[in-house]
Formats: sequence, C-alpha cells, structure tokens
Amino acid sequence: MTTNPLDADRPPELPRSGRRGGGGDVRRRRRDESIMVPDAEFQSYYGHQVVKPAPWKKEIPSYLFLGGVAAGSALIGAGGAAAGLSSLRRIGRVTAVGAAALGGAALAKDLGKPSRALNMMRTVKLTSPMSVGSWILTAFSGFAGTALAAEVGRSVLDRDSFLAKLLRVVEPPATVGSALFAPPLAAYTAVLLSDTASPTWHESYRELPFVFVSSANAAASGLALLAAPTAENGPARKLAAVSAAAEVVAFERMQRTLGPTLSAPLHEGRAGALLRVSKLLTVGGAVGAVLFGHKRTGAALSGLALLAGSACTRFGVFEAGIESAKDPRQTVEPQKQRLEGRRAAGASGGSITTSRSTDMPALQGGST
Amino acid sequence: MSFWRNQLSGPTDPVADAAWEAPPPRKGFFTDTSICIGCKACEVACKEWNAIPEDGLSLLGTSYDNTGSLGASTWRHVAFIEQSGERIAQARESGRRLVDLGMPAVGLPDTAPAPALAGSNGHGAAGPGAMTDGDAVALASEAAAAGTVPDFRWLMSSDVCKHCTHAACLDVCPTGALFRTEFGTVVVQDDVCNGCGYCVAACPFGVIERRDGDATVKNSGIAQKCTLCYDRLGAGQTPACAQACPTTSIRFGDLDELREVAQQRVDTLHANGYTEARLYGADPTDGVGGTGSVFLLLDEPEVYGLPPDPKVTTADLPDMFRKAGIAGLTMLGMAAAAFLGRRR
Repeated sequence: MTTNPLDADRPPELPRSGRRGGGGDVRRRRRDESIMVPDAEFQSYYGHQVVKPAPWKKEIPSYLFLGGVAAGSALIGAGGAAAGLSSLRRIGRVTAVGAAALGGAALAKDLGKPSRALNMMRTVKLTSPMSVGSWILTAFSGFAGTALAAEVGRSVLDRDSFLAKLLRVVEPPATVGSALFAPPLAAYTAVLLSDTASPTWHESYRELPFVFVSSANAAASGLALLAAPTAENGPARKLAAVSAAAEVVAFERMQRTLGPTLSAPLHEGRAGALLRVSKLLTVGGAVGAVLFGHKRTGAALSGLALLAGSACTRFGVFEAGIESAKDPRQTVEPQKQRLEGRRAAGASGGSITTSRSTDMPALQGGST
Repeated sequence: MSFWRNQLSGPTDPVADAAWEAPPPRKGFFTDTSICIGCKACEVACKEWNAIPEDGLSLLGTSYDNTGSLGASTWRHVAFIEQSGERIAQARESGRRLVDLGMPAVGLPDTAPAPALAGSNGHGAAGPGAMTDGDAVALASEAAAAGTVPDFRWLMSSDVCKHCTHAACLDVCPTGALFRTEFGTVVVQDDVCNGCGYCVAACPFGVIERRDGDATVKNSGIAQKCTLCYDRLGAGQTPACAQACPTTSIRFGDLDELREVAQQRVDTLHANGYTEARLYGADPTDGVGGTGSVFLLLDEPEVYGLPPDPKVTTADLPDMFRKAGIAGLTMLGMAAAAFLGRRR
C-alpha cells in the first residue's frame, strides 16, 4: 500500500467484503472421513474449471440409451430365436436395428464435422474407447441388420428363391453375432465416459459398466413388454426384474466407491433429479412387470416405465459428469487428497510439482 | 497387458513409442513465471502466427486476464493472480514443505534460508533474475531480518499445452487426427479431425477445445490447441511465443536441457530465499509421464488453475476394459437366465 499527500483528500476506503484475486477463493473443504490426511484449503483460479467438460449435447446421452436398447433387444431377439418365441425374436431384431440406426445418426449429428463421420473408420485404436466402440457398433449393426433381413425375408420372399435360401443359411450366424456384439455395445459406453478427466465419470469406472448393461437390459425388456403379446413376454418380465435389481445394486455401490465429494453431482441439480426419477421408474417398472406383466395394460405401462427409467439413468449420469468437470473443486480436491495421501505414506516421487530433485537423491527414488 | 502398461503410464520416450526413426531431441518449453511481466506478447504472437480467430473481447474482471483460460482459440494464456501478504507467506511455507519432502529429518525450517521478496513487487521486470546473486541474497536477508513480507504480489504465468509424455487427448482420439510428432509434441491434423470432442473431455489440464462458430470461422467444429509451432520447428525456428517473449520467461529448446535449466533456476531462487519456487511437470514419474512444457511456479498449481496431481485417464484403461468385459458377461448371463428359466 502506498500513500501520498493526496490521500488526505480522499474519502475513507470502505472495508472490502471479500478478498480479490485468484488465490482468494478459499472455502472449507468437505471432510472425507475415509482418508486421514491434513485438511487442505481449496483454491482455484477465479473459480474457473480446471478440466473441460465434454462438448457433447443431448445426442450423446440419447445414444447411450439407444445403444443400450439396441444391445438388449438383440439379446432378446436371439433368445427368442433360440427359445422359439417368434414375437420376441421379431421385436428384438427390429428394435435392435432401429435403435442402432437412430443411435448412429445421433452420434454423427453431435460431431463438430458431421460430414467427416466416416473418419471414425480411418483407424483402429485400442486406446480410444470411441474407436473401439465405433467398430463394435459397426459389427453389431452388420449382424443385427443381417438378422433383420432374414426376418423380413421369411415373410416377403418366396421360400424357394435363392435369396430366401441364402438368408436361411446366414440367419443363425447373424443371430449369434448380434448376441455376441450386444454386450460390448452396451458396456463400452461406460468406458467411453470413464476414460475422460471428468472426475465423477472417471472414478466411477469400476461400477459404471454394470449400471449401463443392467440399464440396457431393463430398457430392452421394457420395449419387449410394450410390444410383445402377453402370452410370450415371460422372459422379458424376468429380465426386467433381474436387470432392475442389478442396476440398483450397481448404482449404490458406485456411489459408495465415489465417496461424498465425487458422488455429489449424482445427487444435486438436474442430474440428481433425473437419477432419483430413474430409480423410481426402474424399480416401479420391474415390480409392475412381475406383478401385472401378464395383463396387456400392466405390461405396457411397466415397459414404458422401464424405458423411461433407463433414459433417465443415461441422461442423469451424463449430466453429473459434465457438472463434475465444470466444478474445479471436483478436480482439485480429490487430487490434493491423493497427493497428500501419497506424501503421508512417504512416497516422494510421482508428483508433478517438484522442488530440489538434483541435489536430493531421496527425491529421485521413483525415477529411473 | 504389459505392453499397454508401458505405453499408457510411467517414464518413457514418447517419440520412440510412436515409432519415429532417428528423431531429433524432444523439444519443449520452460516457462519461468518468476520473470514473466504479463505483457501477453506470447498470446498475441501465437494468435498472429497461427492465424487464430478472435474469440471474444470482454473484460472479465479477473485482474489483467481477459482471455480466461486456454481454449480452442487461446493457445497461450497469461494468468494474473493478485495476492496478499498472507498468501505469500503460505506459498513460501508450501514451497518449503516441498523442499523438506524426502529429507532425512523433517524439522522446523529455522535453519532454512530466510524467505523474503526483494521488493513489494518482486517479480516485475527487475525481479530476481535481473539481479546478481549477491544483491538478491543481501536484499532477501535484509528483508527477513526486518521481518517484512511484501503486502502484495502479482503472479503472472503464461500457460500452454503441456505436450504430455502420455497424452490423454492423443490416446483417446478415435480418428488418428491427433499425432505425436518427431519432436515429441502432440498436434491435431485439422483436415482429419471430425470434431468428436473426446479429447476435450480427456485432457487432464483442460487445454484442448473444439472451436465454436459457423462455417466462416477457420476450423470451426474441430479440436484445436497449441502445436508448439510445428510448422516453425520443421524449419528450424523457435515457436512464436518463445520468440516474442521479451524477458525469456518462455524458453524453447531440447527438453533434457530445459529440465536442467529449470532445476538450476529453482536452486538459485531457493538459495536466494524464494522457497516458494517449484517446478511443475519436470518429473517423468508423475501421472502424465512428465510434460513437454515445464513451468516454474511460485505457488500451488491450483492457484494458477493447474491440476495438483493430474493423471492420464488412459492409465486405468486396461482395468476399465476388464470391468466392462465382466459387465458384458453379466449382461449375457442375465439375458440367458431369463430365457433358460422357461424351458418347455
């Protein structure tokens, strides 16, 4: 602070209400009882986010939902074919292709350059879940599309025509192929979200695939309940019950693993509301399917609830990850705790911030 | 799986991993924030050379920073942080803790060099770098003896893409638009990127971004970030920001040498009593395998908007795929059980 003779003529300065400056954003840290490290105060650069949220719009959670529906439907279609339930087979095959096509279109629409959508096929990259997923979706669509062609061929083609014979030959492998690529299609989207720097998505990588595959099965069984005659919907009702239970369990475990800080986005705001509604709809739909699935109205309503529940799960998880990326506290706090924990355990290497590594051999312990 | 581990985390030579034959030494930046004067010549030079479009002319009310953060159209970003004496003392303390870390005995720092800034605006153009060691040490000990901590300081830091050893953006790019150059840097191919935005979410430093704007905006809808002036490097030139920097706060060169220079600079500052000085990104054992852009900071990284312990997200990828595989089998099992239950 400098003063000069003119200061005498100035009115007295009002006390400042808050401290200015980037280093001034100091708030109390929420306590995580599981980690016994010293309290660190939270600081940020003017409250700016540290990592950037994915620039994805509603097309991506829509795809998460549609991809799940497609995968689950393919399994129902294959199951129907194996068990001789023609309505489930037909519904499964049609919705598998329909949902995959819609999902693929949503993915292309969300690109910054939709005209370059096919660049996804330019390479195969195992380190990129999006590349892996593009190939999974492609293979899945190929098998599911062939299975659907066989399905259509049954009713429109002359039984003795060459095409009908060919379709009968390719039908079994196509069904098996679509069933084998269905689980990867439903599960990879969880890896897609987790393989980011968005804290809540990344740290939920252990349970998120289980949430997503359960949600996929629940949605597909919902669609089957909606469309299939009640006489043949037994497997769909069972699948609804099993997958809803699995989803609830996996989601609870996921929240526990995340801890209070990182699971906060799953409870707060729009994501929190979506996920609460999702749980109600999924559990309600499953209970309805078991109790009233033998009646047309009961099956239809339960099916709708399951579908809507799955959609809410996907949109809720999506939204929560975006919010966690926008909040600098979500990025900084767990990293600080991780760092302090390592230091408390005596590890000196492995930190991005270093001091005197040259003249301190102890600090070079981790390096080679 | 062991192949994956080497490629996804830990110290490594990324250029060799990318299968370049007989590459030049890995290039990088050393940004010494203790001699940054906040002139933003680096921001301007970068915009100018790389023909980056205008991305908003607003007054953010965040000190002299009106660009906010790195992004699609801001490849160098100068951060301005105004700090009180209390914060300066805390920064010194955290810096000293870093020095003590790994020492045989962690004691009270009563024997450590007395910390003090030479003046109330110690990091201006005439900051510690411009003085001889003797002057600085004398001033520092004088200030320490008088018990003075400056009541204010202004931190300025030019942030840039870190060009990580394990670059998450590069790992997750599904089209191969991002690639590792022969200089060890990470560059987007504008004509290949389809704007999927995955790299944006993957970067642990929040650097890369998809450029907004209609068709009239250059490369709109495409992920953009610092290229470490790949075009200039190819012609044996210095990147525009380093060329423009009037105080040599931004230095360009071979990464090995820059790391040594950075270490010497920290040692000098410490010897002169500035224990708040620390390096960011110089340790190849960190979560991203060390960065190609090394920084000398004067406070905790998060104060500058940098993550305190970033980890490349793909380090966990094998485990993620494993979990997803088990989940997939579970899904198959659930469906099979639903159908097998009803045998006729």
